[in-house]
Amino acid sequence: MIYLITDNTASAVPIARIPVVDYMDLYNDLCERMKHERYHVAHYFAAQVAGGGLRFYLLLLDDGESKVMISSFVPDYYSEEGLPSLTAVHPAFHPFEREIHELYGIRFNAHPWCKPLRFPFDRYDRNSTMHNYPFYEMSGSSLHEVNVGPIHAGIIEPGAFRFICNGEQVLHLEIALGYQHRGVESEMTRSTNRLRQSVLAEAVAGDSAVAHATAYAELVEKLSSRSRSTHLERERAVALELERMAMHIADTGALSMDIGFQLYQVACEALRTMTINTTQAWCGNRFGKGLIRPFGTNFPLTAETVEMIRRNVGEIRRRYNEVRCEMKESPSLLARFEQCGVVPREEMRRIGGVGQAARASGLCRDIRASHPSGVYAEDICHEPIVKRHGDVMARLMMRCREMLQSADYIEKILSAYTPLDDMPRPDYHSPLAAESLSFALVEGWRGEICHVALTDAGGRIVKYKIKDPSLHNWFALALAVRGEGISDFPICNKSFNLSYCGHDL
Amino acid sequence: MIFGKLRILHSHGRQAIPDLSRVELAERFRGRPELTLTDDMSQVEQAAAICPMGAISVSPFTLDLGRCLFCGECARCAQHNIRFTNDYRMGATRREDLVVRPGQTAVPFFEGAVRADIRRMFSRSLQLREVSAGGDASIEMELGATGNVNFDFGRFGVRFTASPRHADGLVLTGPVTSNMAEALEICYDSIPTPKLLVVCGSEACSGGLFAESRAVDRSFFERHTVDLWLPGAPTHPMTFIEAVTRLRGKASSER
Ligand code: SF4
Repeated sequence: MIYLITDNTASAVPIARIPVVDYMDLYNDLCERMKHERYHVAHYFAAQVAGGGLRFYLLLLDDGESKVMISSFVPDYYSEEGLPSLTAVHPAFHPFEREIHELYGIRFNAHPWCKPLRFPFDRYDRNSTMHNYPFYEMSGSSLHEVNVGPIHAGIIEPGAFRFICNGEQVLHLEIALGYQHRGVESEMTRSTNRLRQSVLAEAVAGDSAVAHATAYAELVEKLSSRSRSTHLERERAVALELERMAMHIADTGALSMDIGFQLYQVACEALRTMTINTTQAWCGNRFGKGLIRPFGTNFPLTAETVEMIRRNVGEIRRRYNEVRCEMKESPSLLARFEQCGVVPREEMRRIGGVGQAARASGLCRDIRASHPSGVYAEDICHEPIVKRHGDVMARLMMRCREMLQSADYIEKILSAYTPLDDMPRPDYHSPLAAESLSFALVEGWRGEICHVALTDAGGRIVKYKIKDPSLHNWFALALAVRGEGISDFPICNKSFNLSYCGHDL
Repeated sequence: MIFGKLRILHSHGRQAIPDLSRVELAERFRGRPELTLTDDMSQVEQAAAICPMGAISVSPFTLDLGRCLFCGECARCAQHNIRFTNDYRMGATRREDLVVRPGQTAVPFFEGAVRADIRRMFSRSLQLREVSAGGDASIEMELGATGNVNFDFGRFGVRFTASPRHADGLVLTGPVTSNMAEALEICYDSIPTPKLLVVCGSEACSGGLFAESRAVDRSFFERHTVDLWLPGAPTHPMTFIEAVTRLRGKASSER
């Protein structure tokens, strides 16, 4: 048995039950399995074990049967050999192997792209710095390079982009990140204060505060024997869908802005304000910070809040739909967006793309459908929206449809919702299972978020790993701009709107 | 098609807030806290213990807005001692003014710390360059929102610009990661003098959750003087707008 089989609703698993296999067995199995679309990697990382050495953990998702398959292996740390690289066979492994290499110096033989991932402060090779990032080079008298960043022209986060162009046409884009590295994962284990950990989870990527905080809360709850009330699950789902609405509207506006469609831009700005102000009226913060906490909530819905949210969401949905109907019939908009920045389905699958970007390319990756928990496993039977073309237009239409869908889900949940007078309050002190591995999978607005934690004998979290969907999808952006005019880069970039801080941690 | 666009315009209505100085935020918005001394301070001790930021001190009883992430947990622990109001007017010209004491009903805005140059040069037009050095994107979005259809800060001449060479000042967000420290320094140097430095968000003010992280390098603050400290996680657009307006000498009333 190579894997321990569990799912997204089960409680944490004792580390002792996770099989320790021979790397070659796992390698061979993965080489075969990953050929099938139903499998993809949720996380793959190494953790130091007491007494020295490393143990590698792998979480593989089986979308076909909603199973999570966990395996581990312990390589000989002092061996000079190196491990055969999985990336060489399945590129989807590239960020994980790069991270492991960067942190611990493990060599992956024949890894085609073993470059630094984010220059963490605790990297193995201190000589590897931002200054000597090994950018891919091409030479030729008709080629030139364009370097953008780390500081960009707008109010956004930093990251370095280097284009190799032939005239206007982009031949290659390489994205070097790490400027946002704050050490989130090590801060998660600095203290056992779970309020601090919740707040940290909200700061992983501020635009996905609800999604990351939900992942943290679920992970902690799985480590405890206490069960979660369905009321709490519903309220969390409402918050998560509100976040999705707000960000999809923001991106619709941003894309309109980039092609000079001011009417749609300002309409979306106003609608986004209305959405986040709804969240603010509920919990006091426009991004939902403070709303999601383990085991309970400080802002239980009341009849008035429910009424307010339903009214606003209905209005936003109506007005957004007006914008959507106009957009998809604007010839100049279609001329810019259609067949621009195409990522074909097969490429998306090979690089392990997730979330709405993957769905826009026809690859159905959606945790709410494939690994549902809470509301999505009971009240809502989520049907993911999938597009085929994989271009900027598909990613825009994806957002439009999902925004309407989220509004409908909120209405569905709230119309049948009777607020509870004695909602449980957050609990930061419940004992957690010892020597266990706990994970949480949440479909944020960008895609699949995966948090994994390991606890020690005293039930303290000693290892915390975070994966934002951006980790997979940055590579998709690099592929999307190949062959496009460099002036189309901004709209390609906006159509993905990936997180720098979620990637750099 | 034109009808569709007219319909959008009609639904959109008028969005700009006519008078920014009169904005009141939602009742639940967590802004400036008010502290009260009581005989029994044991609840404050509990609040100080749970505060993830170490923002609360018991004796003397203070709360440091430059560290606070406005999670609101302390106010639930010590209901008689700490209460969050929805007052967003929290920007200060000196770091120490962000430390709130019992009985205080406003964050002081110390005019003495405003350089004469600022009033002389920037009261009509102010172009700012934003640099995120570990900001979590929520704060960057809030700064972006200051120029949107609702707040429209641009109508008062305050805008964000792309090139630091066109800028009159720098707005810094995030705890300043080591990996961004050099780029930040270069950007700051590229701005012609006299220049403003605005520090936006509790993480930028103190390092926030990452104050002790080894991935953070705050030596920038040893070399440069800050003109405006803005707390918040993220800083609300109104906090930014109110404080920058005051800094330019444009505020119509006292706090
Ligand atoms: S609201 Fe501020 S002071 Fe209070 S516990 Fe949270 S971070 Fe600490």
